[in-house]
Amino acid sequence: MADKAVLTGTYFMNGDYACCEGALAAGCRFFAGYPITPATEIAERMSRRLPELGGIYIQMEDEIASMAAILGASWGGVKAMTSTSGPGFSLMMENIGLGICTETPCVICNVQRAGPSTGLPTLVGQGDMMQARWGSHGHYEVIALAPSSPQEMFDLTVRAFNLSEQYRIPVMIMADEVVGHMNERVVIPRREEIELVGRRKPKVSPHDYLPYHPDPDGVAPMANCGDGYRIHITGLTHDERGYPGMDEKTQAQMVNRLIQKIVGNRDKIIRTENICLDDADVVVVAYGISARSARHAVRDARSGGIRAGLIKLETVWPFPETLIRDVASRVRALIMPEINAGQMVLELQRCAGGACPVHLVSHLGGSIIHPATILSAIKDAIKGEK
Amino acid sequence: MKTKKAEKTVPRHPMEELIRSERLPHIWCAGCGIGTVFGSVMAAIQKSGYDLDKTAIVSGIGCTARMAGYIRLDSFHTTHGRALPFATGLKLARPELKVLVVSGDGDLLAIGGNHFIHAARRNIDITVICVNNLNYGMTGGQLAPSTPFGAKTTTSVTGCPEEPFNFCYLAAACGAVYVARWTSLHIRRLTNSITEAMQKRGFGFVEILTPCPTSFGRRNKIGTALETLKFYHERSVIRNDIDPKEAPIDFGSNIVVGKFVDTERPTFMDNYQLSCKNRIGDWPDFEGTIVPENQAG
Repeated sequence: MADKAVLTGTYFMNGDYACCEGALAAGCRFFAGYPITPATEIAERMSRRLPELGGIYIQMEDEIASMAAILGASWGGVKAMTSTSGPGFSLMMENIGLGICTETPCVICNVQRAGPSTGLPTLVGQGDMMQARWGSHGHYEVIALAPSSPQEMFDLTVRAFNLSEQYRIPVMIMADEVVGHMNERVVIPRREEIELVGRRKPKVSPHDYLPYHPDPDGVAPMANCGDGYRIHITGLTHDERGYPGMDEKTQAQMVNRLIQKIVGNRDKIIRTENICLDDADVVVVAYGISARSARHAVRDARSGGIRAGLIKLETVWPFPETLIRDVASRVRALIMPEINAGQMVLELQRCAGGACPVHLVSHLGGSIIHPATILSAIKDAIKGEK
Repeated sequence: MKTKKAEKTVPRHPMEELIRSERLPHIWCAGCGIGTVFGSVMAAIQKSGYDLDKTAIVSGIGCTARMAGYIRLDSFHTTHGRALPFATGLKLARPELKVLVVSGDGDLLAIGGNHFIHAARRNIDITVICVNNLNYGMTGGQLAPSTPFGAKTTTSVTGCPEEPFNFCYLAAACGAVYVARWTSLHIRRLTNSITEAMQKRGFGFVEILTPCPTSFGRRNKIGTALETLKFYHERSVIRNDIDPKEAPIDFGSNIVVGKFVDTERPTFMDNYQLSCKNRIGDWPDFEGTIVPENQAG
């Protein structure tokens, strides 16, 4: 019998649809969302696919409600996601913070369009990268991934669910309009070839269970609602019992652990694709659709005799600090193309720590960055050194 | 051994199994009505006979929302106004759960107003308990969508210039299958109402008028907790089964309480399951059985 959840095969499919299929293959059975260009196709496909699988699709009254609903569903023990774009992402921020504070696994796919405000609803942007990092109030760590193709929309959505379950955190897929709407070859593997991670369950009795007592890796086993553990979960600063503690000590313990469970595991979380770094004079660091342009530019530079390399960020948050510091110490320049006025480049500069010049190739939105623009930045960087 | 002896002499509190006693003392002020409502909620949960391990409480932010922290059930203290969409996700993901939402008037119907009308329209199978103390108590007494016209709050020192909602009328108009209003004096009727609402399939709504002596009473002629309760005692008139449109809260004359709506209609899940089987049917249903009224007979 055909596997309805994992549509094994080769398809010509857009990125939004591939994101759905990745989610379903990862075991997502709850989707709450609100229509918004250019992420609507994710909700549309989910509304058709989830009922076939015994899952729930619900179109909420806004993105605030969508985010709240997936948190509730996740505590019900079901893998849950939502999708949106800039304006909806802004509305989700408060409840993303609740998800981080209460350590609730879930996935948010942001198919970015150009902002601010309504901006260019149908056209590409990468302007929400810092919002993903800092958009909710307070101090915390996040996990965000950046797919650059429909195939990666599938692959990284599966990974987003795995990371969210493993580290008990809302994981953000920072896609963009071009990746979402572009049709390309997408290969969906067989079910047994897809590695899945589920949340760790408590091994102790309800009487001995502390909802926020972490295992050595900093992550606490999670009891679902209805499992008999009678948990109390709050967005207030809380102790290991989950009970509010209105004092600086409880605050420091909770926030430190929320930070450390990501920072302490960043080597396991961070993934990059490193191309031609060994002998590189100039390295382009890129993510999302801009990484496609960058790959093209690096190839052209190599054909023209320039020793260029590429670091393609699969994980954008946490940022690959160690790798960048190492590379910055042995190249003549780093270049980052991004469709905003310079966001991730600030992090790149910070990590480079002055070891080499860091250049931004900026596009303010509405189109992808042409490979030729990046190539000319590579050439300028080489010239500038001479 | 000593502790065993102590257990024998101290009588068990009837709600002991439902209270996180290690969290006491609670945050509520002397004279606050929330404790009374909390007692009724717990009594109704016990009375309704649902499996306590399958009963969950969801709340937002505010004095009433703190109930979630004192009850020994799976309990979720979420963000301001968002208890209903959180509860919607929880209930749909795990339908075997009995889900209650406890909320204050500002939480539920100001910041959460949009979610309220849609959760009622969808007929999500949850029970919503709304403590209406006529103002924002936790933040020190600001005007709310329940504040009576002319009442004094810290953000309406010359009198509230806005007309309040009639929450029960709103709930009924949005499609709630169970709607009732009591005061925190009507403990027996309130407990019965919460039990009935829990036993309904669909969106049940119970509003409770309570005193807030600290933030509201002292700025208004309604006075202390005891004076407020006395006022409610004198002015409350029970009118079961009337259209809630005809049941405004009029402090100048009568405060109409009672059970206003008790009806049936398919829940979100009922209809969702039909849609999954492609059995919702066509719209418009030109060959349907509905006969326009002027052609009937």
